[in-house]
Amino acid sequence: MSAAARPIVLFETVSFAVGGRRILHEIELDVREGETVVLLGRSGSGKTTTLRLVNRLLDPTSGTVLVEGRSTRDWDPIRLRRGIGYVIQETGLFPHFTVAENVALVPRLEGWTEARQKARVRELLELVNLDPEEHASRLPEDLSGGQRQRVGIARALAADPRLLLMDEPFGALDPLTRSELQRELKSLARRLGKTILLVTHDVREALLLATRIALFREGRLVVLATPAEIRSASDPEARAFLASQSAEEPSAEEPAAGQPATQEGE
Amino acid sequence: METLRFLLDNRTDLAKLCLEHVRLVFFATLAATLVGVPTGILLTRKRWLARPVLALANIAQTIPSLALFGFLIPVLGAYGIGALPAVIALFLYALLPILRNTHSGIDGVNPSVREAARAMGMTDWQQLRLVELPLAVPIVLAGIRVAVVISIGTATIAAAIGAGGLGTWIFRGLRMSDDRLILAGAIPAAAMALLADQALGGVERSFKRPRRQLAKAAATIAAVMVALAIAVFAGAPKPATSGTVTVGSKDFTEQVILGELVAQILERDTGLHVERRFELGGDLCHRGVVAGNLDVYVEYTGTAFTTVLKHPPISDPAVVYRAVAEEYQSRWNLVWLPPLGFDNTFAILVRGADARRLGLRTISDVLPLAPQWRAGFGQDFVSREDGYPGFTRAYGLRFAGPPSEMDLSLTYRALATGQVDLIAGNATDGLIDKLGLVQLQDDRRYFPPYEAAMVVRGELLERSPEVRTALARLSGRLTSEHMRRLNDACDGEHRSPAAVAKEFLDNL
Repeated sequence: MSAAARPIVLFETVSFAVGGRRILHEIELDVREGETVVLLGRSGSGKTTTLRLVNRLLDPTSGTVLVEGRSTRDWDPIRLRRGIGYVIQETGLFPHFTVAENVALVPRLEGWTEARQKARVRELLELVNLDPEEHASRLPEDLSGGQRQRVGIARALAADPRLLLMDEPFGALDPLTRSELQRELKSLARRLGKTILLVTHDVREALLLATRIALFREGRLVVLATPAEIRSASDPEARAFLASQSAEEPSAEEPAAGQPATQEGE
Repeated sequence: METLRFLLDNRTDLAKLCLEHVRLVFFATLAATLVGVPTGILLTRKRWLARPVLALANIAQTIPSLALFGFLIPVLGAYGIGALPAVIALFLYALLPILRNTHSGIDGVNPSVREAARAMGMTDWQQLRLVELPLAVPIVLAGIRVAVVISIGTATIAAAIGAGGLGTWIFRGLRMSDDRLILAGAIPAAAMALLADQALGGVERSFKRPRRQLAKAAATIAAVMVALAIAVFAGAPKPATSGTVTVGSKDFTEQVILGELVAQILERDTGLHVERRFELGGDLCHRGVVAGNLDVYVEYTGTAFTTVLKHPPISDPAVVYRAVAEEYQSRWNLVWLPPLGFDNTFAILVRGADARRLGLRTISDVLPLAPQWRAGFGQDFVSREDGYPGFTRAYGLRFAGPPSEMDLSLTYRALATGQVDLIAGNATDGLIDKLGLVQLQDDRRYFPPYEAAMVVRGELLERSPEVRTALARLSGRLTSEHMRRLNDACDGEHRSPAAVAKEFLDNL
């Protein structure tokens, strides 16, 4: 393995249980620098739990999650989280903060100077195609769904983390805005060389964005392969997902997520 | 209309009572906020605490205020009468809404916002300070608003423990069967509650839309609080000096008139500043004068002898007076001045029509009729040893059922309207003549004498001998007829005790 491809995240026989109920079974997964690994699966298959183990929102019941070669148990959770970008479906933007304050949050926590924060906010908003003049001082409630998610991505990138965790980042968006943002994310990831771990149940999204796809079923990682390999895989879960792709949206198991959202795209 | 005129005529008193009222509410809700908000936050951090603590706050809200006062008097000692116990009671009532709203306001923050805060690498303190508290502010404010409105209503009970406020007029109106007075206290209190509700609602709304003006709204609140605090402190009584005499009275009309007589003669004839602590319930006057909260009040020999000193009742007035004077002096250094001149013994009363129709003259005449009769007594009479228990035992009386226990002033109405057939009133009560009631003669001489006399702290007489000279002018000058007339001037003609007392002193 070359130095450029060393694992940033490594799951070693990781299991997770709550109250005796096993949610994850012995996950083995490596995420290498610069690649986008998409965790694909139905609701309740364990993909979000897997994501939350990386920035220590959860601790594994057994096994070890290594981030940059170090077990998450040995990381100070605050330091670990500030070094990892995080984007979730409902964006989790702070409703009482302006766009600029939301984006500048981690730099502010890290004690950057005002001027440096301001410059960074400008740079990031331009990066996600939002006009800083127009949007910086607005509140999240005054933005469209797509704009909010752009702010969410800008916020995650603020402290220039090497790793981004994204939990169904485009799930609540209408199809047009979604595909627009998917394409932008793909070029952004390539341009910035970010490593991304992204959760989705949308197989098109997975095929479009992934360097490799990790397919989950009932708490197990059943297939780990490139999009090309997945297309020809014989695994029944993989076939089921591919079949849903040929059917029209919305996808069968979670209709709500695929429906056009009320917010209009930009 | 009549109430309005009364309020206009008494606007100085109204302002004073309103200020007292606001002061009680202000300190109680301020304290409840200072305790409730941090505790509410703690409950969101130590989740197992939430259920028991909220249950406790719930229970505190159900404690009857008078029971609470009774408990607080010995606990608070010298501060047991006045604003402190009232503020404590209001504080306990205000705690629950503030505590509950702080807890649920923080708990109700959108989970994805909370998760984002954690995932951004905020510490627990940063999550609270930057995210949870700012988002919970409108709900916390709503809790404070509820607490303030509740407190304004509940603060009327403060009058029962000498803390003043608009309840003073309400209680007085109830005692004197004077609807005008009741409304004069209730309407301003209701108006105050509505006003506070509107004003705090406005503040709350300005916080609901989290914008730049948040800072402006915070500044407005701070300004209002400061203004209120200044008003409240500016109106606060000056600390008692050696030149102050505190006059107390119990909570019925005659006592307020007597309190006014004592207070006014001291104001007129000594250079001392007089503090009035009137309308104190139960035995608060006695506790107060012993503890040093009060310097002087008018006591009745029979009450002192049986209720305070726990002696079995005897009927010779001179013996009773000597006994109480000696024992008060040696036990508490309290001086009994010579009696005022009237004897306010218990008067067993029936309707005049019944007395004439059935030929009733003495209490013994009632014995054969009693099993079909209903009796109604004030709480005081029912509970004291020389009252209902001893009285029925001495005469072998049995009524149709246990007596209806109610406010003393209500017993007169209950008798006049036929809801009860026999009550125990006071011999000097102006309502006796007014309602055409007849006093039955105490033919077994059961009731001990209740001669009225001023009880004064010995220290005051040593410090200011002129007090004794001034008060001596009242001794022996008030006959039962005088007293009944003065009582009727207040209860019947709805004149103020202060005015009635002044007129009497002017003619003395």
